[in-house]
Amino acid sequence: MKVTIDGFPIDVEPGTTILNAARMIGGDIVPPAMCYYSKLEGSGGKCRTCLVKVSKGSEKDPRPMPKLVASCRTTVMDGMEVQNITSPEVIEARKGVVEMLLINHPLDCPVCDQAGECHLQDLGYEHGAAKTRYEFDRRTFEKIDIGDKIQLHMTRCILCYRCVFTADQITDHRIHGILNRGDHSEISTYIQKAVDNDFSGNVIDVCPVGALTDKTFRFKNRVWFTKPVEAHRDCDHEKCNGKVTLWYKGEDVIRVTARKDEYGEVEEFICNTCRFDKKKTADWVIEGPRKVSNKSVISANHYDTLKPLPVVKANPQLQQANKEQFERETRL
Amino acid sequence: MARKLLLEHINVPGINTFDVYRSKGGYAAVEKALKTLTPEEIVEEVKKSGLRGRGGAGFPTGMKWSFLAKPEGVARYLVCNGDESEPGTFKDRFLMTYIPHLLIEGMIVSSFALGANTSYIYLRGEMMPQIRILEKAIAEAKAKGFLGKNILGTGYDLELYVQPGGGAYICGEETALLESLEGKRGNPRIKPPFPAIAGLYGCPTVVNNVESIAAVVPIINDGGEEYAKIGIGRSTGTKLISAGGNLKRPGVYEIELGLSAEEFVYGDDYCQGIANGKRLKAVVAGGSSVPILPANLFLKTINNEARLMSYESLSDGGFATGTMLGSGGFIAYDEDQCIVRNTWNFARFYHHESCGQCSPCREGTGWMEKVLHRLEYGHGKMSDIDLLVDVSKKIEGNTICPLGDAAAWPVASAIRHFRDEFEWHVTSAYEATTRNYGLAHYADPLNAVVA
Repeated sequence: MKVTIDGFPIDVEPGTTILNAARMIGGDIVPPAMCYYSKLEGSGGKCRTCLVKVSKGSEKDPRPMPKLVASCRTTVMDGMEVQNITSPEVIEARKGVVEMLLINHPLDCPVCDQAGECHLQDLGYEHGAAKTRYEFDRRTFEKIDIGDKIQLHMTRCILCYRCVFTADQITDHRIHGILNRGDHSEISTYIQKAVDNDFSGNVIDVCPVGALTDKTFRFKNRVWFTKPVEAHRDCDHEKCNGKVTLWYKGEDVIRVTARKDEYGEVEEFICNTCRFDKKKTADWVIEGPRKVSNKSVISANHYDTLKPLPVVKANPQLQQANKEQFERETRL
Repeated sequence: MARKLLLEHINVPGINTFDVYRSKGGYAAVEKALKTLTPEEIVEEVKKSGLRGRGGAGFPTGMKWSFLAKPEGVARYLVCNGDESEPGTFKDRFLMTYIPHLLIEGMIVSSFALGANTSYIYLRGEMMPQIRILEKAIAEAKAKGFLGKNILGTGYDLELYVQPGGGAYICGEETALLESLEGKRGNPRIKPPFPAIAGLYGCPTVVNNVESIAAVVPIINDGGEEYAKIGIGRSTGTKLISAGGNLKRPGVYEIELGLSAEEFVYGDDYCQGIANGKRLKAVVAGGSSVPILPANLFLKTINNEARLMSYESLSDGGFATGTMLGSGGFIAYDEDQCIVRNTWNFARFYHHESCGQCSPCREGTGWMEKVLHRLEYGHGKMSDIDLLVDVSKKIEGNTICPLGDAAAWPVASAIRHFRDEFEWHVTSAYEATTRNYGLAHYADPLNAVVA
């Protein structure tokens, strides 16, 4: 099926969503996604940041769609034409969504462990206004431990439901969910520290913001001071293949996460033993440094290849001028 | 007096019992449909009648039925949406309380037409008395052989269940209703797939309003063409309007669509005008979600034609100067009512009822409520008015379900038509807390306003 996104044509399989078609093209035309997660069935459609305009429905029915559609949940039709960043309407709507996402967000990035790899931060920089028009108290919650190694800071949550889908689909059983409704709805286990499952740590990786954090890493370091290294180990767990990213500070492994792709989605889910308990270099087989996109703040301390500083060439004219000036001043 | 189809026998004592209802010609539609008509013929009759969904959107019922997927070996369901929670609307509750057998008769005929062997009536959790009434009526009908196995010896089986919800406005949205009926959290689903393809338990499902299903009974009794003769244009048949607010005689009225709006408010057969000799200031014509209109624009369209109570005439003028028939929750405001306070009240409702699934509605409804609260209590700023318009625009159309639109429209329309009242709340903040703005020019002849 042929679909055109912002003027870029691409052939995709029937049943592909607009978002995935855009990801195949890549570049700036990929709509941002805060709740959609390609590895989780049923996710998406909630955050509304991926709204796009369908200016031509299909070859058969060329009428445009009346409303903006969520690209993560709308499948392509043959001959569909989609406008993302070329449509002012989409940019305006997305700006509105970003503003809405941020009005109840605490904006505590300076003390948040997710800062530097936070999707909401990226989205805010890209689309948000510098100032907020919201002048009321933000909703707040107490921090709670939903598992012995996982802390929930609900105040930061944007209710993407990703962790709910993860618990449903990756772990044996889900014991956390959404309580209440509207802007006072919250992720909760109802009983604290109730989450104990071999794969429960993956909710930390799928969280697009700093709402679910790794208690073994909390406040240890800023991510951009750490060095990501790819490694693997022979994991006993039948569902885990032990391929991870180790985050080094000096000689110490201070965090272990699953490997994430360019859209921040994990490639393979890892078990809690790999994530929380194996924090020695000796536990792992090191593969090499992880490539970090130069758009990420984490890359600030990383160099792909060492380029020596250019040597300043001698400039005789300038030297002569300096010499003359020095002589004039000493004469006086 | 206009024709009454649904509430014809409403004043007969004991009409809520099977025997009295049967003696007044009840369940004739079931006999006619099951014994003489095929399911396709019933759908065809409903299509001919031009019946439009009475729940608010006004989508043609016959067309909705014909969209139902009919794969082999998969159960189909009919679900009756009795989750009537729109502020201002109470017609379905009235119908179910006083004439429950009409709904059950409609359910049997409709289920037969759609080939459903299990049907559900989903009610709002607060309607406990109605649940008891319906369950009693179902038991009566079952005892007389109109429900259960082999109805009237025709070989058609139907089980009818009443299911109360937890009491959430959002569960009146059809996909949220299905989620709730399945026992899950009442979050709207992302469409497509539509319920006609994959609805309840993933099976093809039709969700209809109580009144739409009840209206199938007179359609089968009299024939679709006869029904289509009532009404005006594409608004056929009769409609229950639940009139509330500062009216001399509020209540549920069955009107023929096409009745003039002036007749409805001031007519002797209907609301008999505004209570206590006051004057009409504003009208919400179809439940809290539809745009509010000032009295002059409600009684006359922008082209100075008389406005009629019909789907087309009420939406004449689009969102700029029109409104919608919606679910028929008619609310009248007299000159003593404060539009800002009313808008805040509506916004508070939508803030409370937003499911919290998608971000614009979850965050935006709360934001609008807080800004409106500030305006109403005299702490507002002039820029708040434009802020409200902007926020409502950011919500409208960008959400999963229509609750976002429903929250945005009353706010946007109140500011569109009553902007000077909002401004007065800012400029005379103290005065606004002690008295109301009054009627102002909202009932003046039109050309004075829209010059």
